[in-house]
Amino acid sequence: MVTNTELKTLIEKIVLEMAGESKAPEEKASKSEHAGSTNQAVSEEVLPDISEILIKKELLVPDPADEEGYLDMKDKTPARLGVWRSGARYMTSSALRFKADHAAAQDAVFSYVSEDFVKDNNLFPVATVCQDKDEYVTRPDLGRQFSDEVKEKIKAHCGSPKVQIVVGDGLSSASIEANLENTLPAIKQGLKLHGIDATNDLFIKHCRVPAMDVIGELTGADVVCLLVGERPGLVTAESMSAYIAYKPTVDMPEARRTVISNIHEGGTPPVEAGAHIAELIKKMIDKKASGLDLNKV
Amino acid sequence: MILSTVLFGRTYQFKSINEVMAKANEEKSGDVMAGIAAESAEERVAAKVVLANLTLEDLRNNPAIPYEQDEVTRIIQDSLNEKIYDSIKRWTVQELREKILDYNTTGNDVRRISRGLTSEMVAAVTKLMSNLDLITAGNKINVTAHCNTTIGLEGTLSARLQPNHPSDNEDGIVASILEGLAYGSGDAVIGLNPVDDTLESVKRMFHRLEEVKNKYAIPTQNSVLAHVTTQMQAIREGAPADLIFQSIAGSEKGNTAFGISGELIGEARELALREGTAAGPNVMYFETGQGAELSSNAHHGVDQLTLEARCYGFGKTYEPFLVNTVVGFIGPEYLYDSKQVIRAGLEDHFMGKLSGLPMGVDVCYTNHMKADQDDMEILSTLLAQAGVNFLITAPHGDDVMLNYQSLGYHEIQTLRELLQLKPIKEFEEWLRKMDVIDLSGRLTKQAGDASLFLV
Repeated sequence: MVTNTELKTLIEKIVLEMAGESKAPEEKASKSEHAGSTNQAVSEEVLPDISEILIKKELLVPDPADEEGYLDMKDKTPARLGVWRSGARYMTSSALRFKADHAAAQDAVFSYVSEDFVKDNNLFPVATVCQDKDEYVTRPDLGRQFSDEVKEKIKAHCGSPKVQIVVGDGLSSASIEANLENTLPAIKQGLKLHGIDATNDLFIKHCRVPAMDVIGELTGADVVCLLVGERPGLVTAESMSAYIAYKPTVDMPEARRTVISNIHEGGTPPVEAGAHIAELIKKMIDKKASGLDLNKV
Repeated sequence: MILSTVLFGRTYQFKSINEVMAKANEEKSGDVMAGIAAESAEERVAAKVVLANLTLEDLRNNPAIPYEQDEVTRIIQDSLNEKIYDSIKRWTVQELREKILDYNTTGNDVRRISRGLTSEMVAAVTKLMSNLDLITAGNKINVTAHCNTTIGLEGTLSARLQPNHPSDNEDGIVASILEGLAYGSGDAVIGLNPVDDTLESVKRMFHRLEEVKNKYAIPTQNSVLAHVTTQMQAIREGAPADLIFQSIAGSEKGNTAFGISGELIGEARELALREGTAAGPNVMYFETGQGAELSSNAHHGVDQLTLEARCYGFGKTYEPFLVNTVVGFIGPEYLYDSKQVIRAGLEDHFMGKLSGLPMGVDVCYTNHMKADQDDMEILSTLLAQAGVNFLITAPHGDDVMLNYQSLGYHEIQTLRELLQLKPIKEFEEWLRKMDVIDLSGRLTKQAGDASLFLV
């Protein structure tokens, strides 16, 4: 049995397929809307992903004085140029793209690294004393402290390693999920070449950079390497940093950290960064120094 | 001096003026983190009641950080006009508020009064003002300054063009400059934050900005926002600088963390007047922002609003051409969300003007703050109503180097059209000549096409 609705759908389908030849497809479509059956006029097609448009290549100025020159200028910067306007306001497409990029940045900050991800990468999960994301972003002092119970867990899990690798969500959980699976194996492989085994890696939820200093004191490791999410911008929400220090201690000067920032596909590629980090760790062990001191020796 | 009041039958006893000042603040996450904010909404109001009844003399005699301990306090106290101060010292803070808002007090009257105010008084009266009070009072005070052109004249709204680039690529920087000019931005300053803060890089940037300015004969000023000492060395080695920039703080300790002192800023100004490229006499550019002192542990238990006012008290000694608060850059640990950023933006603008500064605002936010572009559009509209001298603009509001969002080039033109405000006169004439705006001040058909400048 063919019901009325099915019949209608069938007819509409045929009408839509004929639209190429027919002269009044729009009229038909609007009629069917008035008949209250809009859901049946929904196309199977999917709109393209606006986040995949390369901003550098997209010139929205309709009739530029020098198109080639404009595209050359755009090629030199990730800034949103040549976006044009309606009146003095933005075009809808550039305004939506801005909103999309901001949404990605906010989600990167306020979301969590998934528990499965932590498990799959053999990370031992712990957390600072922050209760939630809200407290995390407003209280940088708490994002570096652990409860006594957690401290005991860390000690029991890590033992006394030569190199302790720590992963922290920081201000971009997205950056950890995007880069860690490339960077972490590269670091371990690099260290192995020097006969150094780094195992028992930690994952810290609600982590600020100085949390690594506490880990340094708890484990007595020669070198602590923290891979942590950077505060996202609109160009990328997936940038990760590595903070590495030789025997870090609580309240040590910031100048004792060596930082590799901008680790993401569009910056320092994650595998390359991993290899570089391994070399730095080896150098720190050899020179017994990190940060500015490493350049001096 | 009374530090106690009863409210809803409950007695509130405060220990010091600093405690009253901190607790009288509208809520800010930075004051909460510092452990000095009011513990309840009622305590906040009680503190405001006590503050309203303190006299200006009480505030003069109890600076936030003692005179002996702090250079900023000394600079503020020593630069006061004692005659004017003597004539107003018996006013209470509430009388000062009402005096500023009174129809019979002109903008010039307020400018005169402000010569007798310390930064603590400026902060105190701000704590008694609502947002619309801040807009109304701010709008009353015009402060002009002259570098190559005059900023701050009534009926004008200017913009800093901020062409930052993540790797200082010079062609990329110029591209962002041309885009901004095509929308009418850049009359306050074309100001670049370099990634590479070394001397050679800073010199190169000064030369490149000057080259663009000369090539198109743009009536504006240039600035490279490196550390003051690097800019000074660049100038000594022949770099063309209209302005010398520096971030400043509201305590000596905060300034030490920035690597500066009053003496150094004085030297910088002398150098800019002697060897700079601008007409002057206003050749300094300062940036500030609530929370900077707390972030460098230089707050002395003083609230962030009062410290911000002290930045202005310090800065005015050096007669700057531009001062702006970078209001939402510091993050949610100091200003939690858009409500706090909007409040702080209005406070900072008013306090700057009441301190006699040609005040602008970088209306901005970071991605870990609960704010978005809509909030910035609200704040910028309010500030334009309040008569702000200038706002910061970047391409589409996205600073690709500092990774935060400010206003876009489009916003400055929109606000000018909406509120019938104009750019600085010489710059406006230049925009007409370049066919970017028409006689009514609207964008021409081709405005927004940066490649206009390539042909």
